[in-house]
Amino acid sequence: MTARLFCCLAALITLVSCSGGAPVAEPPKRGAGTPAYGDALVVGTIGEPSNLIPLLASDSASHDVAGNVFNGLVKYDKNLVLVGDLAESWRVSPDGLTITFTLRKGVKWHDGVELTSRDVLYTYRVTIDPKTPTAYAEDFKQVKTAEAPDRYTFRVTYGKPFAPALASWGMGILPAHLLEGKDITKSELSRHPVGTGPYRFKEWVAGQKLVLESFPDYFEGRPYIDRYIYRIIPDNSTIYMELKAGGLDMMGLTPVQYARQTDTPEFRAGFNKFRYPASAYTYLGYNLRNPLFADRRVRQAIACAISKDEIIHGVLLGLGQVAHGPFQPGTWPYNPNVRDLGYDPLRAKELLAAAGWRATGPGGILMKDGKAFSFTILTNQGNDQRLKTAQIIQRRLAKIGIDVKIRVLEWASLLTNFIDKRNFDALIMGWTIPQDPDIFDVWHSSKTGPKELNFIGFRNAEVDRLIEEGRRTFDQEKRKRCYWRIQEILAQEQPYTFLFVPDALPVVNARFRGIEPAPAGIMHNIIRWYVPKEEQIH
Amino acid sequence: MINYLAKRLIMMIPLLLGITLISFAVIRLAPGEPVEAMTAMSPKITAETRQRLREFYGLDKPLHVQYATWLKQVATLDFGRSFAPDNRPVTDKIKERIPVTISLNVIALILEFGLAIPIGIFTATHRDTLYDKGMTLFVFLGFAVPTFWLALLLMYFFGVKLGWLPISGLHSLGSETLSPLARFADMVKHLVLPVSVATFGSLAGLSRYMRSNMLEVIRQDYITTARAKGLTERTVIYRHALRNALLPVITLLGFSLPGLIGGSVIFETIFAIPGMGQLFYQGVMGRDYPLVMGILVIGAFLTLVGNLIADLCYAVADPRIRHGRG
Repeated sequence: MTARLFCCLAALITLVSCSGGAPVAEPPKRGAGTPAYGDALVVGTIGEPSNLIPLLASDSASHDVAGNVFNGLVKYDKNLVLVGDLAESWRVSPDGLTITFTLRKGVKWHDGVELTSRDVLYTYRVTIDPKTPTAYAEDFKQVKTAEAPDRYTFRVTYGKPFAPALASWGMGILPAHLLEGKDITKSELSRHPVGTGPYRFKEWVAGQKLVLESFPDYFEGRPYIDRYIYRIIPDNSTIYMELKAGGLDMMGLTPVQYARQTDTPEFRAGFNKFRYPASAYTYLGYNLRNPLFADRRVRQAIACAISKDEIIHGVLLGLGQVAHGPFQPGTWPYNPNVRDLGYDPLRAKELLAAAGWRATGPGGILMKDGKAFSFTILTNQGNDQRLKTAQIIQRRLAKIGIDVKIRVLEWASLLTNFIDKRNFDALIMGWTIPQDPDIFDVWHSSKTGPKELNFIGFRNAEVDRLIEEGRRTFDQEKRKRCYWRIQEILAQEQPYTFLFVPDALPVVNARFRGIEPAPAGIMHNIIRWYVPKEEQIH
Repeated sequence: MINYLAKRLIMMIPLLLGITLISFAVIRLAPGEPVEAMTAMSPKITAETRQRLREFYGLDKPLHVQYATWLKQVATLDFGRSFAPDNRPVTDKIKERIPVTISLNVIALILEFGLAIPIGIFTATHRDTLYDKGMTLFVFLGFAVPTFWLALLLMYFFGVKLGWLPISGLHSLGSETLSPLARFADMVKHLVLPVSVATFGSLAGLSRYMRSNMLEVIRQDYITTARAKGLTERTVIYRHALRNALLPVITLLGFSLPGLIGGSVIFETIFAIPGMGQLFYQGVMGRDYPLVMGILVIGAFLTLVGNLIADLCYAVADPRIRHGRG
């Protein structure tokens, strides 16, 4: 379910946008061999893509495919630094209001037509068009004017400086010559996309497979791997069986698969395993409107009573790390000096006593003003890790006299009947961490309205000010100061108890060479992956 | 007979309408709506965008208007466009999936009946022998073992360990370059595991039904008479008893008709078979109303037709039914 949260380009958590921390890879099984063109990379996708025009899709399967077919103006490189993609360079005006992109020359669409600033202007216009059913218009609506003064220059002016704006131009640019003047919702391109990316669309057999082939005129050079095949397999166990039987070349393993089921000599000989922190975290969030959690000491006490290490060990088999805040460990917005209160049940009891809770109830349950300390943790169905986490927390809190009940709900029901109506005590959920650290939508006090994402109702004037400051400057040092301070405040306030950042655990058939694990994961240099001629099987 | 058929066909119209109305109400009662499934928990969505999407799908109109619009469309056999981001016509999506589900289920059904009937007859005629007990154990094993578990076990054994059979999907990669015969053989190979699992799972019910029918029939007086006449046991069973024991099974065959297009979610998901079960499940999870309604209407129609065919078969076999006596 995590992939549906923050369902934007950054949602491809398992394989694509993983970042931060030092990636771990087992030593390669075979020699480097000689790079050669050919072969195919076969991957499994749980969900069938829905629409290959990235603007119209909101699911990760579609974005995964579209990511290989389309390019944005900018992209994150292997070290998660924003670099030019279709844009050769860009310039931000001193007042931070205007961004001028200079496009690469000679970039070809898959049908041979040259990419120009007209395509970028069209993409911008169709995105903000009220008739386009897209989830990605918001960032672009901040643009006051957009213009294409010449074939290779594109300029946008914002009303106020807006730091996340630059990353928003990473969205796939669409071909104006094929779409202009037509209804994009009924376009053929949604099933037969034409982009500028390293792979071009070949065929899509509904419910079965989607095939991309390498684009020989790709501006960064022709990819070594000739075909990129997505097989639609809706069950994770089947994907794993297919991987073992040789039907798939790559997948993201679960902790149990990584730690226990793949630790055999045959598997080790045939596959390379990788491990690095995923761009996601799991948290226990409190409904701050509930008087039970109004006192900061109570939230701190709960945090002290939970052993995060125990959860990581029990739920992730040790394949993850403790989360201390909403940023990715190892990235620039993450403040490594912030440590939360740590596992300390004695301190928890002291804090609760200070808040007026006494163990006078039946079975030692905490009581205050005649009321027992009892609450329900909600989580969504289908996520075993979250349920197990809730159970561990339940047991730990029982030890300090807090009675916890657990309710697992179907996603839509959880959302509509509980989160939207603010009808919950506490939740175990997860967020994907976007590459840009702007956390306005989840933490700003103006976002506590109906259906908005600050559903726990967190309000803190200093955090509000820092979030606003952080998004109004392009100066990374200034932004860093804001986010480091926000992390300190959140650790003190404990509106969420941040639990863990899981590891991404991709595994790739050992015949593929040229994989370079980096903070951005392993997919950043996909066009440089190759299979030596003598090992090619497709 | 014609009168009977006409009456039954006319009766189907209000029944179908009722079914669509109930289905429409039930799917709308489920929490969440398509826009929700698409935009929930996305920081980039504002209330305005959400409203725009609702208008795009016509969800801003009152329910009765939405139902009337839908009904008008369906009257012209147009099931509308899917609410999924692909926005494709529902008919196209169903058309893509229906051949797979029908062929798979027809094969499974033939095997099921082809195996269950002889098993039923044999266990009835060899009642309380070792054969009867062994067979009962075997068919009940198929009934008791969860489909997904059996499927995974077979996949592991025949696919991963022995490497004899493909694990999932309908075709091997690159099978499009094969000759038509080789391509067919490839598909048959892919179907072995799913069809076996599907058949094994439903063998118990049908074979036990056949067994009890047979037992009931061979206890009847006319069978005793036949035996007393000195007919061979073979003639008694296959000429006299079987026909009557089979009659109730025809009803079951009629009921299997809607199942032919329904597909099974678990089974299609595990074997990655792009059938109707999967499509329906995706539709429900994404609150894709037009798709769900489209599948439900076709399913309801086939259920009614299945019942009608079963009744007609009965009417042919038993004149009391078609003349309204009983």
